[in-house]
Amino acid sequence: MTMVSPQKGSQQPSDRGAARPTAPRSRRVWGRPDLYTSYRQDMAMLNTRPKQLGVLAIVVVAAILPFVTSDDLLKILGTGLVLSIGAIGLNLLVGYAGQVSLGHAFFVGVGAYAASAIAGDPEGRYIGFGVDIVPVWILGGGIAAAVAGAIVAPIATRLRGLYLAIVTLGLVVIGGYIFTEWRDLSGGAQVGREAPQPVILGSDLTVDGAFTQEQKLYWLFLVVLVITAVLARNVARSRVGRALAAVRDRDVAAGVMGVELGRYKLIAFVLSSFFAGVCGSLLFVANGVFGPERFTLLLSVQFIAMVLIGGVATVSGSIMGAMLIALLPRISAELPSFLPFITSAANEHPNIFEVEIALYGALIVIFLLFEPRGLFGIWVRIRTYWKSFPFSY
Amino acid sequence: MTTTTAPPSAPGAHAATREPVLRVEDVQLRFGQVTAIDGVSFDVLPDELFAVIGPNGAGKTSIFNVISGVYRPQQGSVTLDGKRLDGARPAAIARRGVARTFQNIELFANLTVIDNLMLGRHQHIHYGTLSALAWIGRARRQELVHRRAVEEIVDFLDLAAWRAMPVGLLPYGVQKRVELGRALAMEPRLLLLDEPVAGMNLEETEDMARYISDIRGELGVSMIMVEHDMALVMDLADRVMVLDFGVPVTTGTPAQVQRDPRVVAAYLGGELDAAGDPTDATAAGAEQVRP
Repeated sequence: MTMVSPQKGSQQPSDRGAARPTAPRSRRVWGRPDLYTSYRQDMAMLNTRPKQLGVLAIVVVAAILPFVTSDDLLKILGTGLVLSIGAIGLNLLVGYAGQVSLGHAFFVGVGAYAASAIAGDPEGRYIGFGVDIVPVWILGGGIAAAVAGAIVAPIATRLRGLYLAIVTLGLVVIGGYIFTEWRDLSGGAQVGREAPQPVILGSDLTVDGAFTQEQKLYWLFLVVLVITAVLARNVARSRVGRALAAVRDRDVAAGVMGVELGRYKLIAFVLSSFFAGVCGSLLFVANGVFGPERFTLLLSVQFIAMVLIGGVATVSGSIMGAMLIALLPRISAELPSFLPFITSAANEHPNIFEVEIALYGALIVIFLLFEPRGLFGIWVRIRTYWKSFPFSY
Repeated sequence: MTTTTAPPSAPGAHAATREPVLRVEDVQLRFGQVTAIDGVSFDVLPDELFAVIGPNGAGKTSIFNVISGVYRPQQGSVTLDGKRLDGARPAAIARRGVARTFQNIELFANLTVIDNLMLGRHQHIHYGTLSALAWIGRARRQELVHRRAVEEIVDFLDLAAWRAMPVGLLPYGVQKRVELGRALAMEPRLLLLDEPVAGMNLEETEDMARYISDIRGELGVSMIMVEHDMALVMDLADRVMVLDFGVPVTTGTPAQVQRDPRVVAAYLGGELDAAGDPTDATAAGAEQVRP
């Protein structure tokens, strides 16, 4: 404890001695930010009062949302929360470590099948071990995907840029084949298998009780997302996160600084895959059934879109991007009432499904051109504007 | 002040009795048919500031790349404290205590000054990925301890005004200083400075010269410096090696080197080209270098 701050010290009874008589903590001056009095404060995850209050407010609003929102919107939001976990994972790999991967869907799939197998009915038609306790199969899905990541990483770490993207693209194709053909595990094409049953303390969350299924699952997803977001932020500000950024920015210099390039690319892959696996384990719980055709390149591209639209190398940006992508079908479903030439009938053109696909592409292009830092960048602009208001700079 | 407390005359005086920190012996580096450095040998003694000079393309930076493990020489050996260095990977060499700066700044542009310096301490921070995920106990304690060490370097190099800024946004002279700080954060045994004052104005050069002599005086690090600013080299260096086309021309004190006609010829391409043929120069250089 070399750098206990005056404040921290004064809160501990043992330190309250002669050195600090009864001088009360000075009153905060209105309009002036708090000063850091210790490195610990400076290094804190939420290192300013507005950040602390803001995040608290967002979490509280997110937690009470199920009471005021319809169940079908809640289901979409819940999916967004789960996708956020995967987007955070991909952002660790693409944003922080700078390794472009199109293989995220594969790891999501590994997590989904591992979790389903762990929680699955041992007497059922597909592989199942009957352990339907939620933390067990979430971790199981994550660890299975992390192992898959560790197997793939030694090959992938020899490549970079476009070559890595192509290799990871191959992963999706190989994975798609395995998932489709391994019928004992996946149920095969167009059939699918049941998603894991979410059971916490003996009660099945998919059974409506005092709260509906959607409400309970939403809360579960929210809790898991908050945990993963905290873990990811911790990694990002740690020795590991700095090493990942070093590998991304200047790999030669990183090596000369003592950062083992291969090792940190491996860590990036394993962490990213773990988060993908956790995402996969939860992704289909609300639907109940999923088939192998879910883990195609389209899912990978959706994750890339979340990262690019949300903000590269930011955790909060990943969440914003994932929520936007999850809400996109809903947004395009609302479009016909504003833009009459778009129809909601599938046999007419342009219909909302086509518009939805086009919106992915358009959003990626627009963000890359006009705000490469994504939604997070927009937020930063708003913040800086209001910081110096009414002066423009 | 620092230069008076440190023993700047010591390296010369006790040179014979002390074990060298770094010994480079007969190193040859080729890229295909091009020989970048050929038959380079030198020792660097404890606390010594050894300068390498030579015209553009003489192979000065290549020597740094060989020492720090970016290139592997085809022939010869590099030993640090009596143990072989060549053939090891850059990260392993960094752990042995070799730090360097780069001619064209190689900072992590998106990270803050503090984070860049913390990366310099990467090898001294010991906690794993799982500990990093949780950020409790060991990880947090280590970060605090090393943050303090980094802040001392911030003070040492007067970087306080920029500490929280991404280094990509900083002026050139400050970036050079951050890079020096990042190398210092590694607590090196041997520091390689690749053109520390290239592109700097007089004031910035003087600042950098002061930091370099402070590093010698206060930290006692052996240094090899590649630099084109002759005034700086002649003022700061204990010994100078002159390279030309990858071949050592001569090694000696700044005064000796300045008087050497072969050095003048290497820089100006003078009449000695006719009289002293390259093989002669090579032989003379090698003879000078041998301890």
